[in-house]
Amino acid sequence: MSPAGTTATEWETVIGLEVHAELATRTKLFCGCPNRFGDEPNTNVCPVCLGLPGSLPVLNEQAVTLAMRLGRALHCEVRRSIFARKNYFYPDMPKNYQISQYDLPINVEGRLELPQSGSRVGIERAHIEEDTGKSTHVGGGGRIHEAGYSLIDYNRAGVPLLEIVSKPDLRSADDARAYVSELRAILLATGASDAKMEEGSLRVDANVSIRRPGDAFGTRCEIKNLNSLRSLGRAIEYEARRQIELVESGGTVRQETRHWNEDEGRTGTLRTKEEAEDYRYFPEPDLVPLDPGNEWIARVDAELPVLPAERRTALADAAGVAPNVTAVAIAVERRLDGLALAAIAAGGEPARVLTHVEHNLAVEGAEALDPAGLAALASMETSGELTATQAKEVLVEMVASGDDPATIAKAKGYEAMGADELAAAVDQVIAANADQWTRFVEGDDKVRGKLTGFFVGQVMEATNRRADGKAVTARLRERAGV
Amino acid sequence: MPRMAQITRDEVAHVARLARLLLTDQELDTFTEQLAKVLDHARDVEALDVADVPPTAHPYPLVNVVRPDEERPCLDREVVLAGAPATEDGQFRVPPVLGDAP
Amino acid sequence: MTASTDTALDIAATVRAGTRPAVDVVDEHLAVIEALDGEIHAFNLVLADEAREAALAIDRRVAAGEDPGPLAGVPVALKDNLCTAGVPTTCSSRILEGWRPPYDATVVEKLADAGAIVIGKTNLDEFAMGSSTENSAFGPTCNPHDTSKVPGGSSGGSAAAVAAGFAALGLGSDTGGSIRQPAALCGVVGMKPTYGRVSRYGLVAFASSLDQIGPFSRTVADAAALYQVIAGHDPCDATSIPEPVPDVRAGLVEGVAGLRVGVVTELCEAEGIQPDVMARVRQAIDALEDAGAKVDEVSVPAVVYGLTAYYLINPAEASSNLARYDGVRFGLRVDAPTTGEMYDRTRTAGFGAEVERRIMLGTYALSAGYYDAFYGKAQRVRTLIIRDLDAAYERFDVLVGPTAPSTAFPFGAKTADPLTMYLNDVCTIPSNLSGHPAISVPFGTGDDGLPVGVQVMAPALGEATLFRAAAAVEAAAPRGKEDA
Repeated sequence: MSPAGTTATEWETVIGLEVHAELATRTKLFCGCPNRFGDEPNTNVCPVCLGLPGSLPVLNEQAVTLAMRLGRALHCEVRRSIFARKNYFYPDMPKNYQISQYDLPINVEGRLELPQSGSRVGIERAHIEEDTGKSTHVGGGGRIHEAGYSLIDYNRAGVPLLEIVSKPDLRSADDARAYVSELRAILLATGASDAKMEEGSLRVDANVSIRRPGDAFGTRCEIKNLNSLRSLGRAIEYEARRQIELVESGGTVRQETRHWNEDEGRTGTLRTKEEAEDYRYFPEPDLVPLDPGNEWIARVDAELPVLPAERRTALADAAGVAPNVTAVAIAVERRLDGLALAAIAAGGEPARVLTHVEHNLAVEGAEALDPAGLAALASMETSGELTATQAKEVLVEMVASGDDPATIAKAKGYEAMGADELAAAVDQVIAANADQWTRFVEGDDKVRGKLTGFFVGQVMEATNRRADGKAVTARLRERAGV
Repeated sequence: MPRMAQITRDEVAHVARLARLLLTDQELDTFTEQLAKVLDHARDVEALDVADVPPTAHPYPLVNVVRPDEERPCLDREVVLAGAPATEDGQFRVPPVLGDAP
Repeated sequence: MTASTDTALDIAATVRAGTRPAVDVVDEHLAVIEALDGEIHAFNLVLADEAREAALAIDRRVAAGEDPGPLAGVPVALKDNLCTAGVPTTCSSRILEGWRPPYDATVVEKLADAGAIVIGKTNLDEFAMGSSTENSAFGPTCNPHDTSKVPGGSSGGSAAAVAAGFAALGLGSDTGGSIRQPAALCGVVGMKPTYGRVSRYGLVAFASSLDQIGPFSRTVADAAALYQVIAGHDPCDATSIPEPVPDVRAGLVEGVAGLRVGVVTELCEAEGIQPDVMARVRQAIDALEDAGAKVDEVSVPAVVYGLTAYYLINPAEASSNLARYDGVRFGLRVDAPTTGEMYDRTRTAGFGAEVERRIMLGTYALSAGYYDAFYGKAQRVRTLIIRDLDAAYERFDVLVGPTAPSTAFPFGAKTADPLTMYLNDVCTIPSNLSGHPAISVPFGTGDDGLPVGVQVMAPALGEATLFRAAAAVEAAAPRGKEDA
C-alpha cells in the first residue's frame, strides 16, 4: 500500500470535512420547544419553529455558551458575529430560509490535533445555525423520484447546530476518521453535543479532491449521506479513486454534490438542478449581533474541561512516552486514562499498565477497576510472578469480581515458578520426547524454531501455564548447548 | 460593477424561478419594464461613494439579546395540523419532493 | 346615523366609572359599521359576537369593582396583518384567506389586558405593500371623506375605520409610511413609534428592519394613550428595546415654548408635493412658532436618497419574509404532482401583482452578483440618511414637514405605474429607515376639501417630545371649513 494519501502514480487526496453537531441544549435555538429526539411528530413545535406568519426568533443563551466552549476547545478565536438568512425552498424548512451565520461566524481559525499522527488540522470556522425538520418519503419505489408523497415532521426544526468546517488539511481516509473521532471526543468532553452519528446528532460531509503533490488544489466534490466512520472512510477512498481514474483517462472533475450509496459502495450524482443555488445571504434583521466580549469568553475558558489532547499529554508524560503512542490514544478514547494515571502513580510499571489498557481492558466495567490492583498486577508481572498470558486472565477476573490480583492468582494456581522447578519441568518434557529432542539439538535454526514452540507448549501444559515462555526457551537452548 | 439600469427579460425570468413564481409572457414583459424603471432610480446612488460607510442592518443598536434555555409551552398538535392543507399520521403531507435539500 | 366621535379616553372614563356599559359602546359602534361599512369596506371581518362578549366581561369586572384597564370598553380596529388567535388573519391576501393563527400578537394581548375591545380586522394593501389599499385581494377601502377617493395605505382600513367612527382607536403597521400616510389622507392621527418600542411578535412580517405597529385615533391624547398600552419590551422580539417606557401622556399639554423645530428643506421641496398641502404645513409651522417654538430650516441632504434605499431594502426583506407562503403548513395550497410545482402554483395564485413585483425586485437585489450594488449599497445609504438625521437632531428637538405629498387621490389614479404610487412615501420613509418615531396630525383641508396631515418627527425614544409637539399642532389646527 502506498503512503497515506498517495497512489502508485503519486496522486494526493485532499479532504476537508464539514461536521454538523446538534448542540446539547434543553430547548431549540430560537424558541422554548424541547430539543428532544424520538417524540411523536409535530408535538415539539410552536409558531416560531413552524415559521408561522408573525413569529420571531430569540437566541438561546446556552447554545451560544456551548458554541463558544467548543470553539475555545478547538483553539478558535471567538469574534463578534451576526446571523444571516440562507434562502432556499424545501419543505423541511418552515420559513424557506435557514437562519445561520455567513460572513461573520462566532468561531474562526482554530485547530485540531490528530491523536496518533500528531498532525494539526486547521479549523476554518465553527458557526451556529438552526436544523431543519425531517421529511419521510412514502410510497413509490422507494427511490426519491418514484415516491408517492412526503410527510414532514418539524420536531427537529430549530434544533441548534454547530457547523464545524475544517481546512482542506486532511490527506487520507484514516486521517479523516481520526479527525471525526477526535472531534467527537472533544464535543463529548465539552458537553457541547452527544455527537451520535447513528442518531443524527453528528453529521459529516466530506469535500474530496485530488492533485499531484505540489500542484494547486483540484476541483472538489462534496459527499453526503455518510452515516458512520466506516462509510466516511470508504466513501473518501472510492471518491479519490473515481476522480483519479477520471482524470487519468483524460476527463475533468466536475464540481458537484455526490451521494454516498452504502449498499453499492459508490458515490453518485444527486439529481442536478439547472442552476446552482443562489442563497441570497443577507444579515438576519430579526436578530441582533453577538459580541460576547472578554468577560464572557473568560468565563467559558474557565469552565473548559480537560480536553482529550491534554489528557493524552498527561498520561504520556506520566508514562514517559510520546503523546501520539497508540496505547495513550486508546486509553483516552476509552476514558481509561484516569485509571492508568492512578495505577502508574501507585507504582505500576508504565509499559505494563499501558499494554493492559490498550489490549486487555475493552470490557465493560473496566473504568471501575481499582488502580492499586492494576498497579499490583503490573508489579507481579515485572517480578516474574505472573506471565503476560496469566496476567491477562487475572485482569479479566479482577474486572469481573473486583478481587485483588494476588488472591485471584492464588485461586487460579498461578503461583510463581522458581528457576529449579522450571528447569525440572523442561527436563521432564525433554525426557518424554526424545525424538523431538534429538531433532532439536541436531537441527538448524529453522527446525529449532519450530520445535521450540512444541516444547514450550508441552511445558505450559505440564505446568498449568505457570511457566514463562522465555525462560523455557532459555533452558532448552542451555540444555542443547546452543 | 454590474450595469445598474437595464434588467433583462432573462434576468426577470431567472428571478421569478428563484422566487417560485410563474409568469406569463405578458407578465414577464410588464414586470421587466416596471422593474427596470425602479432599478433605474438606483442610478442616483450609483455614483455615491459609500465604501467606507458601514451598512445599517438594525436601526436601534442592540447586542447579545438572548433568552434562557428553558422550556416554554408548545402548541397542541391538533391546533398545528388544523390549519394545514394536508396531513397524515400527525405529519404534514406534501407531493413528492424532487431532489435532496441543497 | 352619525358616526361616533367619542374619544377613547372619554369612552374609557365612562366605562371605568360604570356610567356607561361597554356593551352599549360596542353596540353603538356596530350599528354605525352596519350602516356605513357596506360602502366604505374598512373591515375584512367584523367581530360582533366576540366584541360583545368582551364588552360583557368588561362590564362584569367593573361591576365587581375590579380594574378593567385603562382603555376599558374602547373599540379598536385591528389591521388584518396582526395575528388574532382563532380569528382569521388574512393580510388581505388570497394566500392567507381563512387562516386562523394559533396565537395572539403581543399587542393584541396588551389590548386585552388594557380592556380594549377588538371590533374587527381591517383591510390593507396585500401584505402591507402599497399606499392606497387598492392592492387588497378583497377590494379596496374608500375614504370616508369622499368615497371616490382612496384612504391611503397600506393601513387604509384602520384609518378609515377611525375616521368613519367605526372605532375610537385603530392599530396599523408602518414600514414606509403605512400608518401616517393613510392617517393624513383620512384626517386622523397616525403614529409610528421608535423601531423596537412596540413588539413585532405577531405582526406578519413585511420588511423586518422597518416594520412597526402604531396607533390611529382622532386625537393626539388618544394616540398617546394607546401608544402607552402597546409600547414596552417583549422577550419574544429580539429587536425590542429593553429601556422602560416613560409616561408620554403627562407632558402632552406642556406646550412648545423653546422647542427647537426644524423644517426639512428636502422634504418640503420633494417631487409632487401639492402647494395646498405645503400651505397647511406652513400654517402649522407658524402656529408652532406663535406658541413659542424656535423654528428654522434645516437641510438633511441624504434624505433625497430615501426612496431609492427604501425600495431596495423593503422588497429584499419582504422577498425573504414571504418565502414561507408555500402551501405546505397553512393557507392556500394549489395541488400539483410535485412539491416544487405546488410552490409555484400556490404562490402565483395566492399573491397579487404588487406583491409579486416586490418579491422579484427583492430577490434580484439580493441575488448573486447584485447584492453589493443594490441591497448592500442601500444599507449603506441608509446609514448616510441616519447620520444626516442625527446631525439635524443635534440642533433641533423635532422636525416638521408634510406627511403625504397630496390629499386623497381617486381610485386608479396612481396604479398605472408602480413608481407613481411609491412617490407617496417620500416624506414618511426617512423615519422608517432611521427607526425614529413620527406622527401625522390632521391640519385642515386642501383645496379639494380633503384632509391634510402634518408630520412631526423626533429622534429615537423621543416619543414624549413628539406627542407634545403633535398636541401643539393639533391645538392650532383649523376646525371645520370655516377655518380654512
